[in-house]
Amino acid sequence: MKTVIIKYNAGNVQSVMYALDRLGVNYLWTDDENEICSADKVIFPGVGEASTAMAYLKEKGLDKVIPGLKQPVLGTCVGMQLMCKHSEENNTDCMGIFDINVKRFDSSSFKVPHVGWNNIYNFKSELTAGLTEQSYMYFVHSYYAELSDYTIAECDYVQPFSAMLHKDNFYAAQFHAEISGKEGAAILNNFLRL
Amino acid sequence: MLAKRIIPCLDIKDGRTVKGTNFVNLRDAGDPVELGAVYAEQGADELVFLDITATVDNRKTLVDLVRNVARNVNIPFTVGGGISSVADVSALLNAGADKVSVNSSAVRNPALINELALQFGSQCIIVAIDTRFVGGEHIVHTHGGRKPTDFRTIQWAKEVEDRGAGEILLTSMDTDGTKAGFANILTSEISDNSSIPIIASGGAGSMEHFYDVFTDGKADAGLAASIFHFKEIDIIELKKYLKEKGISIRL
Repeated sequence: MKTVIIKYNAGNVQSVMYALDRLGVNYLWTDDENEICSADKVIFPGVGEASTAMAYLKEKGLDKVIPGLKQPVLGTCVGMQLMCKHSEENNTDCMGIFDINVKRFDSSSFKVPHVGWNNIYNFKSELTAGLTEQSYMYFVHSYYAELSDYTIAECDYVQPFSAMLHKDNFYAAQFHAEISGKEGAAILNNFLRL
Repeated sequence: MLAKRIIPCLDIKDGRTVKGTNFVNLRDAGDPVELGAVYAEQGADELVFLDITATVDNRKTLVDLVRNVARNVNIPFTVGGGISSVADVSALLNAGADKVSVNSSAVRNPALINELALQFGSQCIIVAIDTRFVGGEHIVHTHGGRKPTDFRTIQWAKEVEDRGAGEILLTSMDTDGTKAGFANILTSEISDNSSIPIIASGGAGSMEHFYDVFTDGKADAGLAASIFHFKEIDIIELKKYLKEKGISIRL
């Protein structure tokens, strides 16, 4: 099986690589279109700011490549947000795989960013197979994807939002599965077994 | 519901844990990687590795250590101690650290916080503040709490947030080592004044002290070292206790 982690300017992906190492999975870290398209599984990670990341994807043509992929794709954190239609973070038009918006948490009565372990619930996909409802995952983010028909797991901070999304071959998680203990590893493993 | 975090802190010298531990099941109590993995297994929510040597010669040792921790530990961890430049932070994050913590270097050069937040994102920049009550005021100290600065703690906490810090690690030198409880009043005042998470440190001696710092102190996380290393408090027992008392805890 060929697993590719998409290489772009969205921060540190070292912990994603180590998580895959712990699962015994070989991977390629690349921005090469042919390598990405020929992979069995594609991971689209992300830490950073939406507009800068989107500009880089456009420069590399990846904003056209990613929505056209046919194999299972997993976007995480900012990767997930870039797969949505629009982000309030610097008013950024994103790839639009999920036809929903990314908004900033209201900080009037809650601390923002949302940092730490929070539970996810209302599981609706094979990615959470074997996990118990209310499992804790590690989140670090100031922007969230609204609830929608694509939501396959929810989380509640300020208000309920999408912890995970799914449409066709595209999956996404707002939290950092790679550093979310055994439960996070189980989600990565479920994705790799799709 | 967002959980309150329990964070063991490991002091590192020349790549080894410094303070002794009485984990009988460890093959090597001085191995930070093994100790970190044990804490993760026991339910620690994050780890902090504090390099107390922090000389140039030991930087490579620290980066190697970070790489080994990241390979073996599946929860977030922070590295602090002697970090004073973008290059330092870059090396540690590239080795797999999730966050870094800056302290004296931010006091010397507050613009460093802006620079780091811009370069790496606020989410991975913790500013550590060591504070001591002097002459009727809470004053920021450096050099392990020995050297007073011109900064008032409450104002400095606000300033580091404005400059882009993602979290504040607040250590009270008045309570540190006393095992008489965290500095709840000060922690609460800073927490009320900020929109970023506050990690309280210094003074933990019992499970009740964690309950107090999460309620009275309004802290988002509680950090301690020796009480965990010497098993005076077991992390699992602590988390069960807090959960029973109605605190939101990951178990």
